[in-house]
This record gives sequence, C-alpha cells and structure tokens, in this order.
Amino acid sequence: MNLFNIIDEIEKFDPELNDRLNPRRAAIKNITSFGSKVAMAAVPFAMGTMLKRAYGATAAPTVVEVLNYALTLEYLESSFYNQGAASAGLIPAAGASYINTVKDDENQHVAFLKTAITASGGTPVTSPKFDFTAGGGTGNGPFKGLFSNYTLFLKVALAFEDTGVRAYKGQAPNLLGNKDILTAALSIHAVEARHASAIRQLLGVSPWITSTATLGNDTGVSQVNGNYDGEQNVTQGPVNVTTLPSISGSTTSVAIATAAFDEPLSMDQVLALLVGTFIYT
Amino acid sequence: MKTSEQENIGGANMARRSFLRYAGLGVASAGLLATAACHKDHKVVVGGGIDIGAKGDLAILNYAYALEQLEAAFYIQVITTPYSGMTSDEKALFTSIRDHEVLHREFFKAALGGNAIPALTVDFSTIDFTKKSAVLGAAKAFEDTGVKAYDGAGYLIQDAGYLTIAGKIVSVEARHAALISNMLVAGSFAADDQVDSNGLNKSATIAEVLPIANTYLKTKVSATNYSYVA
Repeated sequence: MNLFNIIDEIEKFDPELNDRLNPRRAAIKNITSFGSKVAMAAVPFAMGTMLKRAYGATAAPTVVEVLNYALTLEYLESSFYNQGAASAGLIPAAGASYINTVKDDENQHVAFLKTAITASGGTPVTSPKFDFTAGGGTGNGPFKGLFSNYTLFLKVALAFEDTGVRAYKGQAPNLLGNKDILTAALSIHAVEARHASAIRQLLGVSPWITSTATLGNDTGVSQVNGNYDGEQNVTQGPVNVTTLPSISGSTTSVAIATAAFDEPLSMDQVLALLVGTFIYT
Repeated sequence: MKTSEQENIGGANMARRSFLRYAGLGVASAGLLATAACHKDHKVVVGGGIDIGAKGDLAILNYAYALEQLEAAFYIQVITTPYSGMTSDEKALFTSIRDHEVLHREFFKAALGGNAIPALTVDFSTIDFTKKSAVLGAAKAFEDTGVKAYDGAGYLIQDAGYLTIAGKIVSVEARHAALISNMLVAGSFAADDQVDSNGLNKSATIAEVLPIANTYLKTKVSATNYSYVA
C-alpha cells in the first residue's frame, strides 16, 4: 500500500502535515473503515479528501491528483462504451456512428491523461472495477440489463456524460492559470458536453439541462437525481439571472436560466455518486 | 449529502465574494467610471472600434461579452426572419439557443456594470437568413468559435469564480455546437474539424477569434494587450 509512503513523502516537504492530519491514525483508519464499500481504487481520492481536510479550505488537490481523478472518470466512460460496443445487438445501426465517436474519444482521453500525468511527474492510477448496473459489484443494480437494452444504455451514458461535464468543471479552479493543463481539461470538458448533447438527442431529450426550481434532473430517470442536483441553481456570481431581461420581458424564466448555465460538482460529490455503486473493489 | 450541499453553498458564496471584489469596480457604474480615469482603459475607443482593455479579468469578461452579443444578435435574427421551411422543432431549438445567448449577454453586461464595453453593432450582410444551409453554417461557425474561444482564454482568467462561470457557459455552448453540427451532418457532433486526435476540443487565442468575430461586426473589437488590433 503506497498511501503511507506518499504521506511520508509529503511530510518531508511539510513537516506540519502530521499535525494537520491530527489525529492522523484516526484519519487513516477512517479511510480503511469504509471497508468493502469504498474501493481500494478510491484510496487516492480518499487521500485527496483527507489532505483537503487537513489543509482546510485553502488546500486544493495537486495537478496530478486532478488528472488522476479525471483519468478514473475516463476509465469509467471508456470501459462503459467499449463494453457497449462489444455487446452484440445492443446498438442499432442509426446510433452506431454516434456511440463509436464517443467511445473513441473516451479511449483517447484515457491515453492522453496517462501521458499528461507522466509528463507532470506523476504516476497514472490503474483502473478500478466497474459495475455499470450501479450494483456495487453485484451486477444486480438498478440498471441491470443495460447492455441488452439500448434505451437503458443511453440513459446511463447520459448520466455519465452530464456528470463528467460537471466533474471537469468542478476542477477548473484547481488548475487556475495553468495554460497547458487547464486548457486541456477545458477542451476535454467541451468534448464531454458535445457527447452529452448528442446522447440527449439520441434519447429525445433536450440537448441542454433544463431544470425546474426544485429539480435539477430533466432526464426522467429518478435514480440519477443526485447526478443533477445543483443544476437548478440560478445565481451566477452576484447575480440571480432570473432577474435579468430576456427577449420577452424584464425577467428570465427558471427554464432558460438553468439551461444557459451548467453547474459544477466537487470531487467529493462525484465520488459519492460513483463509489460503491458504479465503482467498487 | 448534507456535506455536499454545504460545500455547494460554500462554493457559491466564495464565487460570489470573489465576484463582488471585482464587480465592486463596476457597481457604481458611470459615476465611478467618470472619476476613475484608469478604468477607462477597459473600453478605449480606437478609430470607431473598441478595445477590451488592459490585461486582466475585465478584459476577458469583455471579450466574452463581445462574443455573446454577437451570438445573441445572430439568433435573434434567425428567429425574426426564419429560413424557408423551418420546422417547428427547429424553431423551438433555435429559440432556446437564442434565449441562452441573450441571457449570457445580459449576465456579462450586469456583471461588468460600468466596465462593460458598449453595445456592438453587428453586420450580418454576408449571411443569407432565408436559406437553411447558410443559417446552419453560420450557427456552426459561431458556436464552434465560441467553444474554442472560451477554452483558449480560460487560462487567462485569474479569479476562480469567473473561471467557473466561464466553464458553466462553455459547456452550454458546446451543447449548442454539437446540436448544430448534427443538424448539418448527423453524427458530426465531435468531428475532427473541432476535436483533435487526443479527443480534445480545439481551442483558439483571442488574436485568432476576434478577426473572425469582426467579420460580423460593424463595431470592430480589438485586444491590443493580447496581440490583436482590428
């Protein structure tokens, strides 16, 4: 287990880490006591979370941590589409070019991020295990049968794409001012949004997320309400944008206000949505 | 769940605080501007055109404001003079996109306050709004350019709150771009004219984007401090 070595390495640069992690042993015990539900694969994230707590609000994940987090999400997406494309009879001819384009992009993202992590002096994480039924490894989750039911497959695809957009967006501030890495991350982010739009078109859902005042999720799949929670936000910076003029009057509807702005998710939020369901030991 | 919500709220507050720090410059609008000569840099008028001003977040926000003004004006025209044979579905989609772009425009205008560049005069004389192919082609150019512009300028933004808001907008522009591409050629939502061999959306610099934007503007926009003079 490299985690302890990593903490030791950090301590060399930050002698106060031990105090920050106080009580360190309890913090580490917390990670392992997630036990079977939180995968070993999630340990790098758990560590990131722990460090964030240790350093308080000012501690952001490092560039390599952000990239490894992104890599894990891309492993999830690429495995999902690879398995979908390999499932005989799943994807109808009309959808084949769409799904293949998305699959190829996700595989390219995996390769690109591995290269970027190595170039940044880090080590790419290995892929965790996935249960695309969201069954935590049982294969018996709410999306059981998704590789023989195209509509179900698309619904899971859409949750992954929209969540991916939110996840990348959430990390942008952690890459502030980093010309190469931030630009690359924003560029992947835009491609995920293109995918989300296209998958939505295949499903017959509007290409953008149109929330109500109380429900962020516009997909009609209640199991993924959490993935869309927060999309109902209408306040951008200091401005409640529903108070701004629209083409037809002095205010703007919630539908337009929510569709015009996508919302971010933090690393913790994304992992809470995935680990123990789609990602397992 | 509670923790996530609290973090969310905390994030919004942080964004708001940092936003206000800058917005404070603009809140007092014209009055403040008149007495603060240095801030006039943000909208210097050069030979009938305008400049996004001194390097910094206000310049980048004004750059975004210029592009959103252009996009909003374009879709307003698309809906005002629909091309021949526009279906009700197409009209509904273009109406939604128009509404998003108008709100983006109004958002930047409100956020910039007295630091905003003036309203730009557009010139769409090269676009035949009666033809579907011309409108879709122009829409694709606007959306693709918008995505590349935000992706390419993101690293220039110094304030995390602004960067997040730019991110909130660019993914919506990418959703538009994918839709428009698919309307032109089914399945071209991430084609290699916009997405490179690493699966990354292409990005563009301010100096690359503004000359394209200026072909549709009577009011030429310069970015002298970012290596482009119209």
